[in-house]
Amino acid sequence: MAFPHRLDAPELPDFSMLKRLARDQLIYLLEQLPGKKDLFIEADLMSPLDRIANVSILKQHEVDKLYKVENKPALSSNEQLCFLVRPRIKNMRYIANLVNADKLAGRFRKYKVILTPQKFYACEMVLEEEGVYGDVSCDEWAFSLLPLDVDLLSMELPEFFRDYFLEGDQRWINTVAQALHLLSTLYGPFPNCYGIGRCAKMSYDLWRKLEEEEDSETKGRRPEIGHIFLLDRDMDFVTALCSQVVYEGLVDDTFRIKCGSVDFGPEVTSSDKSLKVLLNAEDKVFNEIRNEHFSNVFGFLSQKARNLQAQYDRRRGMDIKQMKNFVSQELKGLKQEHRLLSLHIGACESIMKKKTKQDFQELIKTEHALLEGFNIRESTSYIEEHIDRQVSPIESLRLMCLLSITENGLIPKDYRSLKTQYLQSYGPEHLLTFSNLRRAGLLTEQAPGDTLTAVENKVSKLVTDKAADTRWNLAQISSPGKITDAFSSLAKRSNFRAISKKLNLIPRVDGEYDLKVPRDMAYVFSGAYVPLSCRIIEQVLERRSWQGLDEVVRLLNCSEFAFTDMAKEDKASSESLRLILVVFLGGCTFSEISALRFLGREKGYRFIFLTTAITNSARLMEAMSEVKA
Amino acid sequence: MNRTKGDEEEYWNSSKFKAFTFDDEDDELSQLKESKRAVNSLRDFVDDDDDDDLERVSWTGEPVGSISWSIKETAGTSGSAPEGREQLKGRNSFYTQLPKPTSTYSLSSFFKGRTRPGSFQSLSDALSDTPPKSYAPELGRPKGEYRVCSLERFRSLQDKLQLLEEAVSMHDGNVITAVLIFLKRTLSKEILFRELEVRQVALRHFIHFLKETGDQKLLLDLFRFLDRTEELALTHYREHLNIQDPEKRKEFLKTCIGLPFSAEDSAHVQDHYTLLERQIIIEANDRHLESAGQTEIFRKHPRKASILNMPLVTTLFYACFYHYTESEGTFSSPINLKKTFKIPDKQYVLTALAARAKLRAWNDVDALFTTKNWLGYTKKRAPIGFHRVVEILHKNSAPVQILQDYVNLVEDVDTKLNLATKLKCHDVVIDTCRDLKDRQQLLAYRSKVDKGSVEEEKIDAILNSSQIRWKN
Repeated sequence: MAFPHRLDAPELPDFSMLKRLARDQLIYLLEQLPGKKDLFIEADLMSPLDRIANVSILKQHEVDKLYKVENKPALSSNEQLCFLVRPRIKNMRYIANLVNADKLAGRFRKYKVILTPQKFYACEMVLEEEGVYGDVSCDEWAFSLLPLDVDLLSMELPEFFRDYFLEGDQRWINTVAQALHLLSTLYGPFPNCYGIGRCAKMSYDLWRKLEEEEDSETKGRRPEIGHIFLLDRDMDFVTALCSQVVYEGLVDDTFRIKCGSVDFGPEVTSSDKSLKVLLNAEDKVFNEIRNEHFSNVFGFLSQKARNLQAQYDRRRGMDIKQMKNFVSQELKGLKQEHRLLSLHIGACESIMKKKTKQDFQELIKTEHALLEGFNIRESTSYIEEHIDRQVSPIESLRLMCLLSITENGLIPKDYRSLKTQYLQSYGPEHLLTFSNLRRAGLLTEQAPGDTLTAVENKVSKLVTDKAADTRWNLAQISSPGKITDAFSSLAKRSNFRAISKKLNLIPRVDGEYDLKVPRDMAYVFSGAYVPLSCRIIEQVLERRSWQGLDEVVRLLNCSEFAFTDMAKEDKASSESLRLILVVFLGGCTFSEISALRFLGREKGYRFIFLTTAITNSARLMEAMSEVKA
Repeated sequence: MNRTKGDEEEYWNSSKFKAFTFDDEDDELSQLKESKRAVNSLRDFVDDDDDDDLERVSWTGEPVGSISWSIKETAGTSGSAPEGREQLKGRNSFYTQLPKPTSTYSLSSFFKGRTRPGSFQSLSDALSDTPPKSYAPELGRPKGEYRVCSLERFRSLQDKLQLLEEAVSMHDGNVITAVLIFLKRTLSKEILFRELEVRQVALRHFIHFLKETGDQKLLLDLFRFLDRTEELALTHYREHLNIQDPEKRKEFLKTCIGLPFSAEDSAHVQDHYTLLERQIIIEANDRHLESAGQTEIFRKHPRKASILNMPLVTTLFYACFYHYTESEGTFSSPINLKKTFKIPDKQYVLTALAARAKLRAWNDVDALFTTKNWLGYTKKRAPIGFHRVVEILHKNSAPVQILQDYVNLVEDVDTKLNLATKLKCHDVVIDTCRDLKDRQQLLAYRSKVDKGSVEEEKIDAILNSSQIRWKN
């Protein structure tokens, strides 16, 4: 239970430096607008900002009132307005409208826009077009790495996923490269680099270019982190689409962890209030159960409660002096633990109630069947019934995507019938959602007679060899039109079944899989499936290269985008060589984090996670949905 | 992990707590309950203490002094927020050891000292009369300096395209878009489209840019030019989401019907239009009926929301709820909806069942599953499996007598027994055990029914019956 870290586990670098850095930069920017000012903050930035600063810091730098950026006229009467926003067109329009309204009213104020993590040219174009360019000063706040935990850095850019994987917009690649550059400046160069995916490759290239350009002090530094691994989310959609059953993942799926904290409603707190709780390694109770399979959590919590009881009981029969000691030294800790215990017990109960209600058992059974590829008909009708009963639209969509990816697309008859029923149950406008899902390769239809013919096989091999990420590249090679479509649908084949076989993702179970004493990373999915993303990382780290994984890489359609780069002179200490930074482009799930933490304990590594955002199946589906709830 | 963190850290990381009371209703979690009890028994001890080591928490649960909290305050009273208790610690300047936090890759950088041979070199040469940095947006200077980009010197098509290709080869989407904005301004539509068609990366950026800026007209032109007919149709169709007025939305959908969707989507769009058309009629009618106050169903069950823009299944549910008995001729009749939209039997039965069960109209429920054969015998049939029927009835708190009938119709004996036991349909359990000649199970069940009840008597009668040959 609650595996401690191995004694020989390497120490993690101190990432709190990143917070101070971001805060100092923000303060610097605020000081660029001297005097009293009102600050308008975009809703999405409030939680990240809360993690690095607070009101009194802002006040010290003459921020008077705080407002949320929303589509309403500003009530502020301040002579100076400052806006802290993401670089989005709609934000710029909002600001431009506000400035123009002031102008119309003959009002003169000073305006400053702070865009984070970076400016986009298109944003300034909007200011120019609206005629306020020059009235507004624009700054950039390079706040792109938020340490959510001792081993977890988030860029807090959920839109990365849609922007890149649906729209093909590479705007955030520079942000990623900048973030990596910052890390290597602070924590030394990374002697060993690996990656897979088109975005990974581009980010890596751009980052390298930055480093060359700066040609800086980093060269002489000793590396603190021995390896870096970049991975595109579309290498493994399957894992992200599965229901999570480790505690932290389950809490995320059920309550949505936002920026490292969660809002526990009255049903959890057993009071009339909601409570915002930070979930990280500082929470001693949480830290011990976060990576556990949910079925172990109860036992752990009750054990913990008994221990706590025993510790409290010790006060009986104490003399005055001992009691004094007890109160001054232990009581505070016990009280804290007691609070945390109550909260997590409440959370577990609430999760159980919800899951029992929605027939979780049957759902998990269907997922496992899909992963293993048996009873496809049965699973399909399960999904159909899900849709017919108007159970959550996101859930239905997720199951359809899981079916599609594991089966290399739906057979046309099923695709049509499920789509029709979906539109009837949840609204015809979801037509647009289906079109998005198809473009992203998440929900596709098998081409008629798509059991690969010999000819197609040849073509597909040719195609994958020639241009690995055919999704994008093929369109360039071949003339536009029907042929392209045919080719790209071919290229998008997920090949999940073949990859799963090759990498042994479905563990052979003899007898019961003991979730209390996991034997492999599959425990994060009840022993049914080893997360593909984590398996790839494990295999490459073992080999220190992609050697021997050619077939897997080919099946992932990534022959051109799997890379290794080793430093020639190895100045890295053996300790640093056991620290691995894994970069998830497009988001990672808590299940993946738990799985890799497990792997780390087994092998004596420690993983550090950098993700564009924490994700889960619901977030992925919502990102693809055209109809905002 | 045992690194010492500043007070700041502790402030942000400490979690809040509210006294714990427990509710006893859940019987599935004995383990949890036990832990809870243990924790709970400590409550008094803990709560007696003052809680001054806790941070103050506002009613929303945000820590007082946090930014999210403060914004809510401004929204409410616009009074000044209380000070948080954390003081800014001495500003630790690591800018010294830090990289210049500058160096966003920008357009300028690829002109700077380019050594690439070929015409591009000459291009930068031609520009050498101004310092290279001023050609491009200097993105990423936190110092706030910002030089306006001027790409005006790239006038020949060849120069422009080279500029674009260079941007693409750098992978930075922001730079690609910047160049595209310039090209959009300085090239005719046709030329721009033609060149983008063979540059897919740039094309995707351009499409996304048009979507974001809402330049619908140019986007449609582009799709037309590229002959991407489906995307053209979908993009046009998408606009209906921005139209609130139902009549106008309907008219707009009408214009979508002829668009070049796939055959399959064409039908869906047609259905969308028809559905909204019906909804508008039903809505007007029912609003009138409801306000007139003459119709019983509307008086008993006032409508909670308008039916406009609801999905088809919801509309069907509504029709089954308010207009169940109407003849097929009216737009609001369920049968009419079923025929118009070719709703499969299964879906229809599920929906009708849910609606009628909600109204506790058990006769209607009965009728849904009753079929007559040519000899006039009646038989119960369900396209969805009777265990589902039972589940839905149970959710709508159907009485045991009703449930019983349907549990009896479940074909699989095990499922039937499980359901009957779960839902306390004693007769079914008892009869099934008898039919199975399962004396042991019947005995076991005897302990579950109330002492002295009719059920107990019935069980005893069966157990004592000499006519049954028990299998155990």
